[in-house]
Amino acid sequence: MQTLIVEPNIVRPDDFYEALIDMHRDLTDEQSQMANAALILLLANHIGDLGVLREAIAAARTSVKPT
Amino acid sequence: MTTDYQKVEFPYVRSQDQDAREPVDHPVVVVGAGPIGLTAAIDLAQQGVPVVVLDDDNKLSSGSRAICFAKRTLEIWDRLGCGERMVQKGVSWNVGKVYFRDELVYSFNLLPESGYRRPAFINLQQYYCEGYLCEHAQALANLELRWKSKVVGVEGQGDGVALRVETPEGPYRLHADYVIACDGARSPIRGMIGQESIGRSFRDRFLIADVKMQAGFPPERWFWFDPPFHRNQSVLLHRQPDDVWRIDFQLGADADPEEEKKPERVIPRIQALLGRDAQFEIEWVSVYTFSCSRMDKFRQGRILFAGDAAHCVSPFGARGANSGVQDAENLAWKLKLVLARKAPDALLDTYDDERGYAANENIQCSTRATDFITPKNNVSRMFRDATLKLSKDHAFARRLVNSGRLSLPATLHDSPLNTPDCDTFSGEMAPGAPAADGPVMVRGDAGWFLAQIGGDFNGVYFSDGTLSGDIHRSFASLSRGAIPLTAIVVAPKGISLPDSPGGTTVVEDSEGLLRQRYDARAGTFYLMRPDQHVCARWRRFDVDATRAALARATCTG
Repeated sequence: MQTLIVEPNIVRPDDFYEALIDMHRDLTDEQSQMANAALILLLANHIGDLGVLREAIAAARTSVKPT
Repeated sequence: MTTDYQKVEFPYVRSQDQDAREPVDHPVVVVGAGPIGLTAAIDLAQQGVPVVVLDDDNKLSSGSRAICFAKRTLEIWDRLGCGERMVQKGVSWNVGKVYFRDELVYSFNLLPESGYRRPAFINLQQYYCEGYLCEHAQALANLELRWKSKVVGVEGQGDGVALRVETPEGPYRLHADYVIACDGARSPIRGMIGQESIGRSFRDRFLIADVKMQAGFPPERWFWFDPPFHRNQSVLLHRQPDDVWRIDFQLGADADPEEEKKPERVIPRIQALLGRDAQFEIEWVSVYTFSCSRMDKFRQGRILFAGDAAHCVSPFGARGANSGVQDAENLAWKLKLVLARKAPDALLDTYDDERGYAANENIQCSTRATDFITPKNNVSRMFRDATLKLSKDHAFARRLVNSGRLSLPATLHDSPLNTPDCDTFSGEMAPGAPAADGPVMVRGDAGWFLAQIGGDFNGVYFSDGTLSGDIHRSFASLSRGAIPLTAIVVAPKGISLPDSPGGTTVVEDSEGLLRQRYDARAGTFYLMRPDQHVCARWRRFDVDATRAALARATCTG
């Protein structure tokens, strides 16, 4: 069974982070939120495994509202 | 002369029971002559159980209401002998299209393969459905329809149910061994026994406008999210018989239901969709809200709840009437066996197990669709719109778009009546699955597999073209059991065999589709329930295993 990877896994982390911020360049807040939603959906499909997705969803929620 | 089913009124007729000194006893009283009550009553009557149907009104459905009848529902009505007329009159469809703003984002085919007698859906006004069922019911000698007969009191007793019925000529009392309550979403019977249907109500209001017009749209289900002609809301377009089109507009939570029904409000909405010059007449208008809810238990002693009385769903997915018709057929054969004392009362508990499971599935599907169609906050709208935008170019997102997951019958995986597999099978026909149809040749004529089974238990034997004397004798012995089992032999494509002298029907799998759909090899044997659900299967026929599975499927083990 796959589990959510939380150890470093992105090959060039600074490049990724820059690309992520770049995605939002010149976007209104609403467009940015829309792009974020699209990105989440694309990545979720790439991951595919519902268990991993549920773990990520739980970790994301805990990061803003600890249980 | 054609009947105008919207105007039919059935006469109130005084019953002999009204003049009896003591309440007359009936094995089964069905309350409510809607599609579910009528289906249950016809099924029981045709299986030899006398039925009285009580209805508080004397007319058919007012307005088109439930218009989408699914393949499984048609198969059930086929078994009862009412399906063909519905399909002849109905508009058959398999294709749905989803639009976002001004673009088609994708289309889907609900029945991508051929070799089924019935389409994925027909659209048919509920008054036709009820009218045809009524006419069928009226022709049955052991089925009595009593109009303008309103149940005002119900009391469960040890050996049955006492009913008080109000009529235009005053009240009378009845006694029933069992009552089937199909009296709708607001079920008065449910209220009388202090039960509730509990769940979630949705605030959004929707407008149904049925319009009569000549239009060139194909018979497909068209669903728009946020279209230019009705911004920020959804719209659904469906074709019905008689050039009537169902248009369903989402209005939002703040809409005033009385205002929205007025022609001066409705006509501009329709013109926005069809164009200012479109010629149409309004047939029926309704503004509705809905909830997804269910009773805790569908069986309350000797009162059994079915259809909307037991569980409610949103309209997206056509899971209301369709699931109710499945309730009716699930209940009919069980009640018949219990009334005939061939099965214990515990068999009726499995009605709640099985149809409760199905109701949960339907409620989950319809709740999810509703949440997609009517996002409750900004972030859910954002994800909804992002999904729709992505779906134009990315196949994965189309699977997330939810304009209603259209009614499919539940596979009753966890039913206590199933005998778990001990052999290896692939495909859909697991124990608990509704049996798949397929084309067959029967006695030299082209026909359908499902027309050969149901009503009784059936054993379906996939033969290599021969039938051994041993197996033949076993089938003959099973056909004489207390709960008889009728065997059907499926011969391979290209091999036709005469019916065996013992009365076993032989069908030819004329396109080889049954072997595929049932993952069958020579020797594979399926045990089917009277409601055409698989309850056990083996790679080799074994008479003792069959008897044990039959006992398990009837709680007689």
